Amino acid sequence: MFSWTTFWESFIPLLWAARFTVLVSGLGIVLGLGIGALICAGALSPWKPMRIFAALWVSFLRGVPLLVQLLLVYFLLPVIGINVPALVAAVGTVAICASAYISEIWRGAINALPRGQTEAAKAIGMAPLSQWTRIILPQAITMSLPALINELILLVKASSLVSVVGILEITRASQAQAATTFRPLEVYLAAACIYLAINLCLAGVGRWLEHRMAV
Amino acid sequence: MVRASSVEIRKVNKFYGPFHALKDIDMSIAPGKVTCLIGPSGSGKSTLLRCVNFLEEYNSGEVLIDGELIGYETAGGKKMSSRRLREMRRTIGMVFQQFNLWPHMTALQNVAEGLIRVRGMAKSEAEARAADALEKVGLGDRMSNHPSRLSGGQQQRVAIARAIAMEPRLMLFDEPTSALDPELVGEVLSVMKALAAEGMTMVVVTHEMGFAAHVADKVAFMEQGELVAMDEPANILHHPEDPRIQSFLRTYHERNSF
Ligand SMILES: Nc1ncnc2c1ncn2[C@@H]1O[C@H](COP(=O)(O)OP(=O)(O)OP(=O)(O)O)[C@@H](O)[C@H]1O
Ligand SMILES: [Mg+2]
Repeated sequence: MFSWTTFWESFIPLLWAARFTVLVSGLGIVLGLGIGALICAGALSPWKPMRIFAALWVSFLRGVPLLVQLLLVYFLLPVIGINVPALVAAVGTVAICASAYISEIWRGAINALPRGQTEAAKAIGMAPLSQWTRIILPQAITMSLPALINELILLVKASSLVSVVGILEITRASQAQAATTFRPLEVYLAAACIYLAINLCLAGVGRWLEHRMAV
Repeated sequence: MVRASSVEIRKVNKFYGPFHALKDIDMSIAPGKVTCLIGPSGSGKSTLLRCVNFLEEYNSGEVLIDGELIGYETAGGKKMSSRRLREMRRTIGMVFQQFNLWPHMTALQNVAEGLIRVRGMAKSEAEARAADALEKVGLGDRMSNHPSRLSGGQQQRVAIARAIAMEPRLMLFDEPTSALDPELVGEVLSVMKALAAEGMTMVVVTHEMGFAAHVADKVAFMEQGELVAMDEPANILHHPEDPRIQSFLRTYHERNSF
């Protein structure tokens, strides 16, 4: 028999654990957007060493699973004498991993802009900085929104991986809860509901933003 | 009347890798004159036009706007500073085949943007001027529309307003009506005619032979990167001597008759 009591009661520890899920994926995306912008600038830079660095950054971080990256960071940092709290290591790794995908999303959006957009700006004598802030970025950011929301949703789900460095986020908390209640079905169903609720909210916010920014 | 620039093109050459796109072009355009560039596809019309505001970098020769070299510090020397190039471009308006309006801005914002960012005007003053420019092209009632809500002819008129709001002394047009449905061509051409009547120097790449015949002071015919002839419209369009022009016009008339 399905135990509604266990199902409802599971929400208390799981929602408490959800703060780590939200923190890791939220901070991960915010920092990832910043680092991703820098990497994207590197990829588009006229300076070849920068382009090579950006290309290596993207290939490595996209080519190695986040789980492996987390374990590498977790075991590597103490070896080289750096002791940071697990949460900091987790957020940092998630952000750096996300930056690779985000920089590609932005690079794609910027390259998709027709050349005539900047030519029209150059033809009236607009300076490069204004071309970027007024013409290129506003359009590229709007265009990249759906892909960025998608990336954020992937991050929320991927944040369950940070449990390997000992952070008690939703998935890890539900494992613990399932073990103590002997009711895995109820507990995991509650976990699924929480993930779904978070991601539906994100998708809603994304829709709203897209709608607001559409011309 | 506007203060109009002269354009002097001397021995200009342009290469795309091994491909010789412009071959020793010489052309002289007096202030206030309208010059139409015609010729078959791929003959180098757009390339030449884009060398005039240095959107395309020519490899040798000189392009002088009001006697001032554009793109290079000295003929055959190093490139001019990007700041100086921007200053020169402020006085040269350009209108593109695909309009190239900024889709995230309204018509008014499209026109005001350059006045604010390039001319450094306050927003209110820029918008007042932008509104004047839009009135002038007959779009006073469409100022708050985004480009996607305008017809092709209206979009191209916004693009012209965007250029003239900067108070250029020279206007470059690259097939301004080629992307338009036939019934919308007239409204754009009449704006261009009005501009010509004000004494603007204009260089117009076009397939509109009627415009070339009635509005242009000179018509230049290009083929395979060469300037074949440049003369009064009648001498090029009605009784050309060069067989290459004759065959081009024959093809043109065949395509336009039914
Ligand atoms: N970026 C480029 N790289 C290589 N070749 C180019 C480039 N731009 C133009 N060309 C070549 O230079 C030649 C002249 O091109 P241009 O666009 O000036 O022709 P056009 O006379 O304007 O033709 P159309 O009537 O089709 O617009 C063409 O053969 C074209 O293929
Ligand atoms: Mg062309």
